[in-house]
Amino acid sequence: MLEHDVLVIGAGLAGMRAALSAQETGANVAVVSKVHPVRSHSNAAQGGINAALTDRGDDWNDHAYDTVKGSDYLGDQDAIEIMCSEAGQELIDLEHMGVIFNRDDRGLLGTRAFGGQQKARTFFVADFTGQAMLHVLYEQLMKSSIRVYEEWFVLSLIIEEGMCCGVTAFEIATGRIYVIRAKTVIMCSGGVGRVFEPSTNALIVTGDGIGQAYASGASLMDMEMIQYHPTTLKGSGVLITEGARGEGAYLLNSEGKRFMETYAPNMMELASRDVVSRAEQTEIDQGRGVDGCVYLDLRHLGEDLIRERLTQIVDIGQDFAGVNIINEPIPIRPGMHYIMGGIKTDVNGRTNIPGLYAAGECACVSVHGGNRLGANSLLDTVIFGRRSGVHAAGYASEQEFTEFDVQGYIKGYERKLQSIADRQEGERWAQIRNDLGKGMDQYFGVYREENGMQILLSRIEDCKKRYEKVVLQDRGTIFNTDLVFTLELGFMLDCAETIVRSGIERKESRGAHSRTDYPLRNDKDWLKHVVVSKTDNGPQISHLPVKITKWTPEERKY
Amino acid sequence: MQVIVSVNRFNPKDNNGKYWEDYNLEIEENATVLDALIKIREETDGSLAMRCSCRSAICGSCAMRVNGHARLACNTKLADMTDEAGMIKVEPMTNFPVIKDLVVDQQMFWDKVKQVSPWLQSEGPEPKGEYVASNESMNQLAGVMACIMCGACVSDCSVMEVDKNFIGPAALAKAYRFVGDPRDSKSVERLGVLNEYSGIWDCTRCYECVEVCPKGVAPMDRIMALREEAISVGYGDTMGARHADVFSDLVEDSGWLDELRLPIKTVGIFNLPALLNFAPVGLRALVKGKMPAIFHHNVPNVQNVRNLFKRVRNDQNKDG
Ligand SMILES: Cc1cc2nc3c(=O)[nH]c(=O)nc-3n(C[C@H](O)[C@H](O)[C@H](O)COP(=O)(O)OP(=O)(O)OC[C@H]3O[C@@H](n4cnc5c(N)ncnc54)[C@H](O)[C@@H]3O)c2cc1C
Ligand code: SF4
Ligand code: SF4
Ligand code: FES
Repeated sequence: MLEHDVLVIGAGLAGMRAALSAQETGANVAVVSKVHPVRSHSNAAQGGINAALTDRGDDWNDHAYDTVKGSDYLGDQDAIEIMCSEAGQELIDLEHMGVIFNRDDRGLLGTRAFGGQQKARTFFVADFTGQAMLHVLYEQLMKSSIRVYEEWFVLSLIIEEGMCCGVTAFEIATGRIYVIRAKTVIMCSGGVGRVFEPSTNALIVTGDGIGQAYASGASLMDMEMIQYHPTTLKGSGVLITEGARGEGAYLLNSEGKRFMETYAPNMMELASRDVVSRAEQTEIDQGRGVDGCVYLDLRHLGEDLIRERLTQIVDIGQDFAGVNIINEPIPIRPGMHYIMGGIKTDVNGRTNIPGLYAAGECACVSVHGGNRLGANSLLDTVIFGRRSGVHAAGYASEQEFTEFDVQGYIKGYERKLQSIADRQEGERWAQIRNDLGKGMDQYFGVYREENGMQILLSRIEDCKKRYEKVVLQDRGTIFNTDLVFTLELGFMLDCAETIVRSGIERKESRGAHSRTDYPLRNDKDWLKHVVVSKTDNGPQISHLPVKITKWTPEERKY
Repeated sequence: MQVIVSVNRFNPKDNNGKYWEDYNLEIEENATVLDALIKIREETDGSLAMRCSCRSAICGSCAMRVNGHARLACNTKLADMTDEAGMIKVEPMTNFPVIKDLVVDQQMFWDKVKQVSPWLQSEGPEPKGEYVASNESMNQLAGVMACIMCGACVSDCSVMEVDKNFIGPAALAKAYRFVGDPRDSKSVERLGVLNEYSGIWDCTRCYECVEVCPKGVAPMDRIMALREEAISVGYGDTMGARHADVFSDLVEDSGWLDELRLPIKTVGIFNLPALLNFAPVGLRALVKGKMPAIFHHNVPNVQNVRNLFKRVRNDQNKDG
């Protein structure tokens, strides 16, 4: 019998941070991940992590204010205060674990500027901050005795008597199905990127955990809040870090003009992401783009700085766009990047299901509200990863293992997977996934409106019907990725539906949710969260008030 | 563009052993090898197994051999690899057992990484704030931290092929990351372990790992730096003639001026008490001589950094 006090699903930054902090309390902890920990998507974070260090003359209240304003006042301010006030210590802890953060002239941690913030408070490791942090957390994991179920794909949460008490999973290399029993489960499975096509996200980011939690009765919140990043490559959607603009890069339209002058005269290229993405989209829509793109220009920064601080994007420009960014501007467009919403949790990671916690991009505390500031996500993963680890371990210490029919779950899934393998006629996952992604890109883009979202919703329903009949080409047991992608698609479809339903529900424009049919923010009716839960009668929408501590909503200007 | 992707396939469950399968496909000019494999997987053959995730050379999943050398499929342009007939050959990495098709078992790879105790070990109580260290000392570690653990270097390492015990380029580069880290206080112990059989002296300097590494980690250069550091802390004496050979090699080697090989740890850290109230790093015992806050090319006169360091400094000064 595989059993642990605390079982963490996912080995990205949130998952590993949660596991390490749970283990520190003495709990028996394990991590299960569908890829090796260092392959997790947290790797991709290039730009950095925010923290207001008081001994550097910064004030976490300012960071909190910038975050609240960035969220378009939809972020819960109690959670934001916690995140920002604990950021400094967390950063130092990461440094002590071994992260090689960039230093200033005095040998202290150095910063760079990031969008939507009054002060430069983004700490970084060249332009591979996420990778540098992920590998260091994995070093700590290797040092610990935490068991890692590597390349195990979680199929579902096990809920007995209303409590979460484990998962069913299959080992990808052998195709064998297992139950892992746990007193508490922490979902750290990352975002939903691939629901959209294109996206900056890695191919493994398919919303599995959000889908599983939703299927088990967990509430999802702010799902309509999808962030479009201002600088992604056309076609592949590969990201150019905001660090580029942080270091001073310009955005130019087809006339060679720095068009941000029109949209955000003070912050210019460093306005909040939603603002910059809208500006670009407007330029493109009004015919001042080039082939559906605008330009990011780094030339004036000079080769030395680019090579020291933006090494990775030199390669990305070369490999994925054939552009030498040192000498040429690079064409970019807004691209799907991040989901602010997710599994609703409190500030300790607790969901509405006892025994189930969530942290990282799959969770919604909500610290990002309508729009996440660059470099606040890494912070979110480690702060709320740590907090949920500690709390889940505390809860587990008061809990006995629940007895249930383990074999029943295993047999049930064996039958289910067999029935998928037995299907002979139908489509493959790839076509459906592609149709879904393209639809989301078309109708749930930087701008949205009712008709488009309704069309999209019926397309998703159609995809769901097609999904019922999806067929495999690989019917074997060894490393069957055909099966993995098929299972992922099921979760993606559920995520897509909750995103679009929430989007239709919110009849205003706030943060990343810009509706052409409701172009203005409407605090009177919509200063509240949209929550969606699964019931026997399908998805049910409800609302929750936004928690406001000290910053009253005002108009956002950058 | 029309291409033929020839894939070396294997599934332990069928009895075909390893065999080549050719896929013909039409794909856009600037496609990568990974784009082609994904297209095959999505449109023609869902049973083709490989690992991939980020598509941007950062997750380390997609290392495989393309035309005989290990590379990342996601940052390799298809057009650069095809022969006159428009064909490329794709195989799983060598020096790893194959699970299926292009997917290899990396257990041994990670076991070797674990062998070098790959976590920071500092001495004494942690400072309240961050460890104070020069940007140079951190930046020069960025080169090794850039390693994405893809395994390409191990796949093509000529020693690994004959000696499975060799710790190997990736794990040794990882070891360098700690030996070179001014915050780590266990470098002498670490070097002691690396000095053993299957460690730093087993590398034949064939250069393969430097050539195939997609992230510019240059594992061989790190191994050479570890050798120098090992000699400088006294391990060289125990290895006899073998060391002497290498040693004279190194003396002639212009690689001295190569930043990658400088035992940066001693350059990286500087006088701490002068700076706010941050507690100094464990290394301070080493650094008795005071370092000014300007630390560029000024190697401190450190007690147990031996004559080799002096030479490093001389050479450095020569370099300007
Ligand atoms: C290109 C890019 C750049 C970014 N840059 C920044 C930045 O500079 N600063 C910043 O703050 N944020 C940035 N972000 C956002 C940030 O990287 C992510 O939000 C964050 O890393 C998410 O971490 P996570 O731990 O929640 O999830 P992930 O790192 O995505 O980890 C998810 C884990 O869950 C596991 N998993 C998922 N499904 C299953 C399943 N079914 N079974 C088993 N395991 C499963 C996966 O294996 C993985 O280990 C960036 C994002 C992208 C895409
Ligand atoms: S240089 Fe050394 S470590 Fe690198 S491939 Fe050759 S033998 Fe292996
Ligand atoms: S050193 Fe280079 S080739 Fe070797 S594992 Fe690291 S990134 Fe890959
Ligand atoms: S897919 Fe991530 S390194 Fe190639």
